[in-house]
Amino acid sequence: MNYLDNIIKPKQANQNTLVIFGSILILISFLDVVLLSVFDINLTGSSKGISFFLPLLLGFIGMYYIRFDHTNFPLINRFNKSLNIDWLNSIFTLLSIFVLLKFVPLILNWLIFDANFIGTAKEDCTGGGACWVFINVWLKRFVYGLYPDSETWRINLAFILLFVTIGASYLAKPKFKKYIILFLLFVFPFIGLSLISGDVGGLVYVETNVWGGLALTLIVSIFAIIFCFPIGVMLAMGRRSELPVVKYFSVGFIELWRGVPLITVLFMAANMFPLFLPEDVFLDKLIRCIIGIILFEAAYMAEVVRGGLQSLPKGQYEAAKSLGMGYWRMHLFVILPQALKIVIPGIANTFIALFKDTPLIFIVGLLELLGMIDLAKTNPKWLGFAAEGYVFAALVYFVFCYSMSRYSQKLEKRLSTER
Amino acid sequence: MSSKIIELKDVNKWFGEFQVLKDISLTVNQKEKIVICGPSGSGKSTLIRCINRLEEHQEGTIIVDDTEISADTKNIEAIRAEVGMVFQQFNLFPHLSILDNCTLAPIWVKKMPKKQAEELAMQNLKRVQIDDQAFKFPGQLSGGQQQRAAIARALCMEPKIMLFDEPTSALDPEMIKEVLDVMVDLAKGGMTMIVVTHEMGFAKEVADNMIFMDEGRIVEKAKTKEFFDNPKSERTKLFLSQIL
Repeated sequence: MNYLDNIIKPKQANQNTLVIFGSILILISFLDVVLLSVFDINLTGSSKGISFFLPLLLGFIGMYYIRFDHTNFPLINRFNKSLNIDWLNSIFTLLSIFVLLKFVPLILNWLIFDANFIGTAKEDCTGGGACWVFINVWLKRFVYGLYPDSETWRINLAFILLFVTIGASYLAKPKFKKYIILFLLFVFPFIGLSLISGDVGGLVYVETNVWGGLALTLIVSIFAIIFCFPIGVMLAMGRRSELPVVKYFSVGFIELWRGVPLITVLFMAANMFPLFLPEDVFLDKLIRCIIGIILFEAAYMAEVVRGGLQSLPKGQYEAAKSLGMGYWRMHLFVILPQALKIVIPGIANTFIALFKDTPLIFIVGLLELLGMIDLAKTNPKWLGFAAEGYVFAALVYFVFCYSMSRYSQKLEKRLSTER
Repeated sequence: MSSKIIELKDVNKWFGEFQVLKDISLTVNQKEKIVICGPSGSGKSTLIRCINRLEEHQEGTIIVDDTEISADTKNIEAIRAEVGMVFQQFNLFPHLSILDNCTLAPIWVKKMPKKQAEELAMQNLKRVQIDDQAFKFPGQLSGGQQQRAAIARALCMEPKIMLFDEPTSALDPEMIKEVLDVMVDLAKGGMTMIVVTHEMGFAKEVADNMIFMDEGRIVEKAKTKEFFDNPKSERTKLFLSQIL
């Protein structure tokens, strides 16, 4: 009886023994799962379904025996505190660990160990894992789209110039800094665009039809981000204006553009809009799409900024007015710097969403990164590599979006004037 | 001496159905110091906020420095630039340093060169004795320091008139004195001042005239000594007996 009692209710006196016993049980259960998932060795010899359930039971019992308020092992104490609080907690802990143990090796195998990296054709992919040869071979297309190989240096040059100017703006003296930033925002985009599009300064004209890949993703995003922001700010201010015409125009604009799907906007921009233009006016399809995206995202931006404007205390407006500032000076120097700082997370959110919305331009036949991947995976020579393509796309999108997110967090910290 | 700088004639104002100002008539001369007191909701703040048109009046005329203030006033900004205002909640710009708070309006409204504006700001910050805090941000200062910075900011526009809207009501007791000292100093320097406050000690020390308001009306206007020693209306007597 005494013996059974000790098993059901662990006694403090036998703590050391029980902790060691419990730990061994847990280790066995982990070992079992690892062996099964990595080396396909079935330790307990039971059938597939039970073989996952058995280590769970072993681990559960083990965790029951190590669950003391205080043990002589600091590691166990920490484990108990965060992962083994009660029986429910211990089940979740075991399940999450087992799922990770089971699937992480599988994923790693597919991504790296069984994958093929080197080669030129589908036939070089002999392993059971991912065929990165696909990405390797198509990389140029994924980056530049169908842009002619002999002219890709123009895209490279445009982006190198962009990064050099951004770098210069960091290193320059504060006096010149604002000029560099203004240049970056409102002059450089057009220099870059004419460099890539050509037809000036002896450069060959490259139709926007063949633009594509990551370069196109970035071109569309950069233009949309630069221009949707000021338009959004103006709309937000307009919506709060006391002038009825300005106010109702802003409200109407915001509600209209927010109320339609982006895909409709793009379709209209590409196919319907030219019908309304005079015959001698020609606006490139890509430009029409970018303008559509700008106006669409500006409506979202406006509502984000309006949230910031509304969160400022009335006293800030009154103080600025009482110093003799008019509407524009008040907004430029007092209201917007504070309001925009408050809504940095919302602005970053909108920019990230915008970046991830760019693949929708496929609807009008423009193939940015994801569009190019879609094109490549339907190539008869390369059928069946959709997964590799999408994983690659996800990785690229993640890198850009995460960078934007980190940058916005840094900006928030730098602009903070709290104690 | 004694030339009019502010004149209010039969001013009426409503917030919706509720009438906040009733037939207010008031003349303020140059260098005159007026303290307005009265129970809360009596319209004292609204009155001085009408003088720089942070609130709009619906009836009557308000003339500030020979310019009538109304919806037609083209250049209300120019009037506001001449009328400094200090608020109960300080309303410093939290994203700017104290120095930038002070130089912002001189640079962008008065088009003063930056260097000159900074000199002027330091001069005024010295006057309110926080020149050592010039490069801090408002959030790093105590309430009393913030209010003194707000006074310095208003002074940097070199206003002809200063309006104070309960400048010490949001302060801890031990900080009230440092702000009042600055205001006394300002009064002695000859500034035209209209002050809404409950600090009767301050009123006795600097005010030329006292105004008592209740329910949107000016109940009593009198020389300061007379106002405290010998108030005429019963309502004033009652108020003073409660507050003193």
